[in-house]
Amino acid sequence: MILSELIVDGDEFAARTGWAIKPEGACSGDICVPLPAEATVAGGRLDVVVLAERLAMPLVQDQVHERWALGPATVSGRALSSAEAPELTLPDLDGNPFSLSSLDGQKVLLVAWASW
Amino acid sequence: MALDTGGADATRRWIEAAHPTHPSLIDQAHVTDERFGFVNVPNAVWIDEQGVIVRPAHAAHVRQSARRDMEVPEGLGRIGEMLTEVKKIRTDVDLYLEAIRDWAANGSASRFALSPDEVIARSDPRPPAHAEAAACFELGQGLWRDGEHDAAVGWFRRAHELYPENWTYKRQAWTFATTAPGEPSDLIQGPNDDYEGNWLDDVRAVGAEHYYEPFEP
Repeated sequence: MILSELIVDGDEFAARTGWAIKPEGACSGDICVPLPAEATVAGGRLDVVVLAERLAMPLVQDQVHERWALGPATVSGRALSSAEAPELTLPDLDGNPFSLSSLDGQKVLLVAWASW
Repeated sequence: MALDTGGADATRRWIEAAHPTHPSLIDQAHVTDERFGFVNVPNAVWIDEQGVIVRPAHAAHVRQSARRDMEVPEGLGRIGEMLTEVKKIRTDVDLYLEAIRDWAANGSASRFALSPDEVIARSDPRPPAHAEAAACFELGQGLWRDGEHDAAVGWFRRAHELYPENWTYKRQAWTFATTAPGEPSDLIQGPNDDYEGNWLDDVRAVGAEHYYEPFEP
């Protein structure tokens, strides 16, 4: 996820990374990684550096443009840390948001294609 | 779901021509690369009624391209060389269609539906370099969308270095380098000034037969 500062809102972090902040820590599926107290800063927001360290997420900075990118967690060593499908909301062609979870109760074949 | 930094502008003509009856979404930030492990297109995951992935990211071919069976005419230059490589790419459409139909009919009893542990184990390895590549690619995409194209190229190049097996990172960036303004995405993705690699040379380097991993029941 792209960041302009190293503090992030928990809901925003969860929506982009799939790691929800719960009392027991940062959780994805049935995996929860405990977070130290210093992970939470003023206003209940989260310290990105602490999150990155705990979840083994790379934090890359473009100094010229003053922005960071937080990469995916590597705690499981695999692309998937859980078989539970991540919640994901993407727009359709008209910009209307569509949530993957709206298809719960149906089998889903999610196919990636590209114009390139 | 279109995996396309170009967003609606790049994908509209294809979606409208297909008249899809299913949800047709646009992943402009390549979020699904990270979340599911897509490394090329077409790639897919299967998700059951309970929201559990039963097949991790895999190559998903449901139709054999006519180009696979055509005789490559002489005199086509680079396109002819590309078509020669395309003919070597391995896909097993019949097996994949059988697998989808079997899962659709039999659900978790299908021999093609994997357990949660198998799904995780069969998902691609994610060493720190691959995760860093995702971060670099995302920086590049953001800069590209902001019009900072020279800066974006540097991050795309870094992503390619860190995760050379990820064709989505390469093909997306090459297209930017070789597509003329206002034109549809350039599928040739030939030699250019921005990147050391290009489609034909990189495919030859790994061997076209390794361009997609085979579908393993």
